[in-house]
Amino acid sequence: MTILVVIEHDNNTIKQSSLSTISAAKKIEDNVEAIILGKDMNSAVNDLKKCDHLKKIYTVDDKMFENPIAENLSSAIAKFIDGKDFSHILSPSTTFGKNMSPKLSALLDVQQISDITNIISSDTFERPIYAGNAIAKVRSNDKVKVITVRPTCFEPCGKNSEIDSQELVLDIDVNGNVSFVKYDQSKSDRPELTSAKIVISGGRGMQNGDNFRLLEGIADKLGAAMGASRAAVDAGFVPNDWQVGQTGKIVAPDLYIAVGISGAIQHIAGIKDSKFIACINKDEEAPIFNFSDYGLVGDLFEVLPQLEEKL
Amino acid sequence: MKALVCVKRVIDYNVKIRVKADKTGVETENVKMSMNPFDEIAVEEAVRMKEKGLIDEIIVLSIGTDKSQETIRSGLAMGGDRGILVKTDNEQIEPLNVGKIIQTICKKESPDMVILGKQAIDDDCNQTGQIVATLLGYPQATFASEVKKNDDNTIDVTREVDGGLETIRIAIPCVITTDLRLNEPRYASLPNIMKAKQKKIEVVEIQTFGIDIKNRLDILEVNEPPERKPGIKVQDVESLVNKLKNEAKIL
Repeated sequence: MTILVVIEHDNNTIKQSSLSTISAAKKIEDNVEAIILGKDMNSAVNDLKKCDHLKKIYTVDDKMFENPIAENLSSAIAKFIDGKDFSHILSPSTTFGKNMSPKLSALLDVQQISDITNIISSDTFERPIYAGNAIAKVRSNDKVKVITVRPTCFEPCGKNSEIDSQELVLDIDVNGNVSFVKYDQSKSDRPELTSAKIVISGGRGMQNGDNFRLLEGIADKLGAAMGASRAAVDAGFVPNDWQVGQTGKIVAPDLYIAVGISGAIQHIAGIKDSKFIACINKDEEAPIFNFSDYGLVGDLFEVLPQLEEKL
Repeated sequence: MKALVCVKRVIDYNVKIRVKADKTGVETENVKMSMNPFDEIAVEEAVRMKEKGLIDEIIVLSIGTDKSQETIRSGLAMGGDRGILVKTDNEQIEPLNVGKIIQTICKKESPDMVILGKQAIDDDCNQTGQIVATLLGYPQATFASEVKKNDDNTIDVTREVDGGLETIRIAIPCVITTDLRLNEPRYASLPNIMKAKQKKIEVVEIQTFGIDIKNRLDILEVNEPPERKPGIKVQDVESLVNKLKNEAKIL
């Protein structure tokens, strides 16, 4: 058995999601190889070369991979694996992997196993369904297993190795029916939501976007990432990529602090793998208290300044 | 332009699901069912495009048992023109096979735009749109938060991706999957619900497709997720900080 991991990166560095995916691959089998497709991505490749567990690295450097267009990525990977004997193709279950990997499964005529959270054996996996309110144990009967991996469920691999990479030239046509227009990156100096050790999120109780400043001071002191509930995002308090929950980002930090968040099941689905959950809410009946290790009943506008001072 | 909207009948968003005692799945008997919320957004987007004169006809497609006719009807009440039900007894057809069925329908109907939710809230697979696009060779725009038709038979789609928003331009015919913030679906008015009863739903038996719909994945068991241990309430900020420092040892 040989596993191929499709690496997510920004042409500069390897995304943490890929490090977790490599760890998941290693749990299935020792023979792990990686493919990285991009443009002018030397520093990303150098980063990848340090990753533990990899036996081989394939690089594809071409203008068509400057931006992650799913059509080009999936045709290239399908072309590369044609005639080779990969048993599993793993990608992170991020918007990158979710966009591209099902296309690969369709090209190979196999049924993808989405968003696995646990590995039972080389063909049996656990994955959450119904927003994590149930866990399905599934066995794949396909010859090649195309899988997306939930990054927060696997520790990122270390970077203590040094292996060579092998450059590939894949003769494929650029898909002319899709073109990249632009990418608007949300600006933030804070750690990424999905990989931060501490996350502090605000909900509808924050009342407006300006009040999120009350969380900023605390986030700065703790080195925390900032998030929000769907209610706060829908109300326009903060940008959409702050959303934590079933349909937003799944996080599993050491500490999750929920402020003014009632705790809808869809939100809980996105945070319940956190090591510790603390909440601040003025409604002591709010469901969030049932999921929190430490709950503080109080008015967040009084509590937050005190908290910032005490830290 | 002709739009094909694919809708799935799922357990209602607000129902707290129960895992069956024999671990074979989730209880669906006597549970409120609705259209998958992401598919509702897809219907709404198609209807808005029709209202702007960009689309002439909206077909609402579902694959499922006879009961899925209700789901198609709610799409028709929102503004769909006609429905197609691909009838099957197997309630858990996998995305790959769903994709193949939609591919066959597309060959017959030749829609300019296939639009559907980015994922169903039951199996949370997030695959069908991508599979349909691949099988048909249409470009895809997943996780759409804005859809803008250009004059030259292309569509600009803003996509919700990790770390921000990406815009891509895709040529028609295409596949679009919808994210939450694309629009807010309307409630169908009573007159429209009555009118939808007159709209035609074509029922096709799945056997006529000649597609092997056997599942590739065996569901060995379905379990409750591990419960979080109940926590405690703290009295004030000081004791919260204290707990985080000394008990959780995080700060």
